[in-house]
Amino acid sequence: MANIECVDLCKTYRQGDAVIKALDHVTLSIEPGGFVCLSGPSGSGKTTLLNMIGGLDRLDSGRISIDGERVDLLGKGPLADLRLHHIGFVFQAYNLIPVLSARENVEFVMQLQGVPARERRQKAMAILEEVGLAGMEDRRPAQLSGGQQQRVAVARAIVSQPRLVLADEPTANLDSVSATHLMELFLELNDNHGVTFLISTHDERVMRYARRLLRMRDGKVISDEKVTRN
Amino acid sequence: MSRNRAVPLAVVSRLAWRYLWRNYRRTLIMLLAIATGVWAMIFMTALMRGMVDQMILDGIDALPGYVQIHHPAYRDDPNIENSLAPPGPKLRKALDSTPVESWAPRVKLPAMISSERNDRGVTLLGVDPAREIELGFDPASIVAGRFLEGPQDQGLVVGRRMLERLETDLGKRVVVMSQTPDNDIADRGFRIVGVFKGDLASQEEQWIYAGLRTTQELLGMGDRLSEIAVTGGDYRDNEALLAHVRGAAGDGVEVLAWTELNSYLGLMLGVMDGFVLVWIIVIFMALSFGLANTLMMAVFERIREIGLMQALGMKPAAILLQILLESLMLLVLGLLLGNALAIASILPIRGGVDLSVVAEGFEMMGASSTLYPALKTQDLVLANAVVIVLGILTSLLPAWRASRYRPVEAIAKT
Repeated sequence: MANIECVDLCKTYRQGDAVIKALDHVTLSIEPGGFVCLSGPSGSGKTTLLNMIGGLDRLDSGRISIDGERVDLLGKGPLADLRLHHIGFVFQAYNLIPVLSARENVEFVMQLQGVPARERRQKAMAILEEVGLAGMEDRRPAQLSGGQQQRVAVARAIVSQPRLVLADEPTANLDSVSATHLMELFLELNDNHGVTFLISTHDERVMRYARRLLRMRDGKVISDEKVTRN
Repeated sequence: MSRNRAVPLAVVSRLAWRYLWRNYRRTLIMLLAIATGVWAMIFMTALMRGMVDQMILDGIDALPGYVQIHHPAYRDDPNIENSLAPPGPKLRKALDSTPVESWAPRVKLPAMISSERNDRGVTLLGVDPAREIELGFDPASIVAGRFLEGPQDQGLVVGRRMLERLETDLGKRVVVMSQTPDNDIADRGFRIVGVFKGDLASQEEQWIYAGLRTTQELLGMGDRLSEIAVTGGDYRDNEALLAHVRGAAGDGVEVLAWTELNSYLGLMLGVMDGFVLVWIIVIFMALSFGLANTLMMAVFERIREIGLMQALGMKPAAILLQILLESLMLLVLGLLLGNALAIASILPIRGGVDLSVVAEGFEMMGASSTLYPALKTQDLVLANAVVIVLGILTSLLPAWRASRYRPVEAIAKT
């Protein structure tokens, strides 16, 4: 479980002469075991917020801590360690390593973590089966459909049960069945293993699963709703 | 939070190998370029080394010997007055012991030779044929007749070209004249008993061989000599031999190594090592542009994937190592191929390449008409080491750049 504290986050980008406020004094906290969706139009700052929390980019100002550790103060090496051991990423585009097979992609993070080969292989095969890719473990990304690639990316993000999963439009390229299956998988991990999820999405199907829904616009959080599901 | 500091070598190696073959056409072209470069480094070095070695060995044969003992004034004026006494007991003992392998007393003086049609200026060599052969004279170089049979042999052995110049033939008589110690001219008739083929055209035109005792008697010089030639050990490293002979010869004579006796040859030996290094580096410089470009392209086309790996927790050091390993694999494969090609090219011609068609030109440089490629371990090691070390250095920039990408920017690249 991960307790995320974001205080007064600011980030601007330059596009030519224009200055774009990607994050404009964003303050929020996400409780351990939360299942939070970020929604908002394109350019509202959802992806930037995920990148900042995941330590993929640097803030202009503000502070972020995960379980009390200041992410914004960490150097490249410690940030890489934080991502490796505690954060799972699911990106909008599938972002698999093209020279590795589906199984090797799933094993990649575990291999960096130093998990023994046998255990790595068992876990990878099990998770691939769980995401419906049994029998496809030796295929390279180019031999998989878009939905299958996204499922491999999800399997890679969750296989070592990180404390936090940051998912950026995870269902953007999935059909309804695959999207539903993916969200059920996320919920199961959240319920049974306490993994915290922060998911940015436009997708109403995803928002229906949210327990907390944050809406963003122009780099600001404009609403924060708790959702009660039946 | 736990921290993992070790570089995951297995996954980095796997990625390096897979990425190396991702664009296999480009990799094959680069492999071919490296292999060709390495082949050129080794093959051409072996040819050049062989040519220079042969020039040096021919030069040493022409002296002959790795070390020579002379009267101190002989080299400035190779005159009969500047002769030396035969070796005394101390020098004799030294000449008959290690590291000396063979030695020969010689008379070597300017002379005139006349046939019934022509006369020429020559160098008269009074030799002990058995010792001369031990010293390096090749009996197989006698192309007609025979070599001398002893120090008292009354015959004369001349070069092929000399025979042509004198317009005479084997079995004919010629007259040899030279100066005596009393400044008189001594002459006598010799029958040509043998004709030799020299490594260099100049040897055939310049040298005539007569028996040592016969020559000493002709010139009335008693048992005095012009020089004592000595060989032993490796001609490249003759310090021990020089010290050994110099210690026994004592004062009053000059003992010099071949590098001093023929400073041009000595210089060639030193220059060759430097030249090999420069040659290898020049070829590598040409290769390095291709290598750097290949790696830059390989990095550039996968910026997004590098960003992804960093996002997943791969550290910059592991990215750097991955690119360097990719380069190392390419270099090692290129080296294996290049070494194999070079050895396969050299082995069939190790018995010598006949350059007689262009030998006149080579002989002007003091080289023989047969070129023996010399594949030296030190040259192989040097070529491989230069390619690996400079290759890795060339790869550092693209590797470093790859490791410095910010994940969020790299992932955003399309």
